[in-house]
Amino acid sequence: MRQSILPVLTVVLIILGIWYLAAAWMNATWTLQQAERAEQTLTTVEVLQDTMQQDRPKLPAPHQVAVELWETTAEKKITSKRSLVYHGWITLSATLLGFAIGTGLGILLAVGIVHNRAMDMSVMPWAIASQTIPILAIAPMIIVVLNSVGVTGLLPKAFISAYLSFFPVVVGMVKGLRSPAPMQLDLMRTYSASQSQVFWNLRLPASVPFLFTSLKVGIAASLVGAIVGELPTGAVAGLGARLLAGSYYGQTIQIWSALIAAAVLAASLVGIVSLLERLTLHKMGMRT
Amino acid sequence: MLSQTEIDGFAAPDAAPEAVIEARDLQLVFETSDGPVQALKDINLTIEKGEFVSFIGPSGCGKTTFLRAVAGLEKPTGGTLTVNGMTPDEARRARAYGYVFQAAGLYPWRSIARNVRLPLEIMGYSKADQESRVKKVLQLVDLEGFERKYPWQLSGGMQQRASIARALAFDAEILLMDEPFGALDEIVRDHLNEQLLALWARTEKTIGFVTHSIPEAVYLSTKIVVMSPRPGRITDVIPNTLPKERPLDIRDTPEFLEIAHRVREGLRAGHAYD
Repeated sequence: MRQSILPVLTVVLIILGIWYLAAAWMNATWTLQQAERAEQTLTTVEVLQDTMQQDRPKLPAPHQVAVELWETTAEKKITSKRSLVYHGWITLSATLLGFAIGTGLGILLAVGIVHNRAMDMSVMPWAIASQTIPILAIAPMIIVVLNSVGVTGLLPKAFISAYLSFFPVVVGMVKGLRSPAPMQLDLMRTYSASQSQVFWNLRLPASVPFLFTSLKVGIAASLVGAIVGELPTGAVAGLGARLLAGSYYGQTIQIWSALIAAAVLAASLVGIVSLLERLTLHKMGMRT
Repeated sequence: MLSQTEIDGFAAPDAAPEAVIEARDLQLVFETSDGPVQALKDINLTIEKGEFVSFIGPSGCGKTTFLRAVAGLEKPTGGTLTVNGMTPDEARRARAYGYVFQAAGLYPWRSIARNVRLPLEIMGYSKADQESRVKKVLQLVDLEGFERKYPWQLSGGMQQRASIARALAFDAEILLMDEPFGALDEIVRDHLNEQLLALWARTEKTIGFVTHSIPEAVYLSTKIVVMSPRPGRITDVIPNTLPKERPLDIRDTPEFLEIAHRVREGLRAGHAYD
């Protein structure tokens, strides 16, 4: 842990450095244009100062995003429409519901694929095909279709999120359920074990490490799905809605802070899954 | 030689009263992408109750295939094979044998006791019965005190002993062992050989034991079956005249070396024309 702090900090500092340089360079054009219009001449220091504090910069400087993040999380009541925590929660609830649906569906499909030859041949190509369709194209369709049958609110977003997250779960679980060595399956045959006994005693426990790897990919995909699901609906709440509103009004600082919030949320979700993984494998007695 | 009942797969009890495993003109052909491979050809062998029979031969001689056929894991393509007078499949359902594989193959998510309990759970033994059987077999392989350990906390030799305990847990009459000590170093192997002999003497099981090692085969068995490849067949069946009581240093006696010599000759004969 301690050994990794220095490299991680170094990388963070480098990224911040590049970010500041890029902000100065990109925002300078506007500063200079404004100065020209006002027939002023600015010193280099003045130009640099201005690039760091514009209202609608092309690229907001890191400290502007940090201030915005602070104001919209810590200084707003979480019930406020301007609170990122409020919007984050809206997106998070869709993410978690979608993740649950996607994981359940993925596990069921994987169990079917492993035990049924017909499903093995038929489901996998469709699962792969489903992932080649751009999510941005199909998301509005899902929302429109579900709306027309009266399903609104959280569920349509959760479905889009599930649509993205079931796939890694299927792939990982199929691999996991098939991971026992031939010898292990032979051993079960010498006990004349039934297919369900083989499943519960051997295939399922053997698949757990694979499942968690998939879940980490899946939960990040779920979040992307939930955010994308908020874009075409003209949703008024959620991180996606913040992104959309920000882009309508050229509020780059708001966009960037929503982006950072989404990234932090994704990282925390993956971190929680990793923690669950460690606890589960430890409880199962496996060396991690 | 064959009575009608034997052909039907049911050995007449008076014909071979002690025969536990009986193969008559057994053939086994694998269909591979390179064409058929004759894994077993004209195998005739009788293993009697309480015998310790070793199968020795180079890779591809069919020794493992024969053991797997006895276990019902491979289907013979010709001849007859009976286990306790039943077909291998019936014998398996009747829990006639325990099988020990080359790798211990313990489940990493189960403690040692729960690994040994696995067959008992699958076969539906009562909780109390499971408990007492696990305790008994762990004692038999000298692993008491390790019940709650996980496989990765044990050495390779201990893991293999746990897997033997697992095979013994449901008290099958026959123990089939496929190179169980092949992956272990010689010191551990000697120790386990000694323990296996003691275990065999105590339990009076019938044991089929596949090995690559001549000393191991001679040290352990009452009968040594020498096999050779392409096609897999038996080239010699050597009765072992060593006394039942066998300390490790019996391996330096002239009798031991004589039998080992005959095994070596048999292996060489099998290789004469390739």
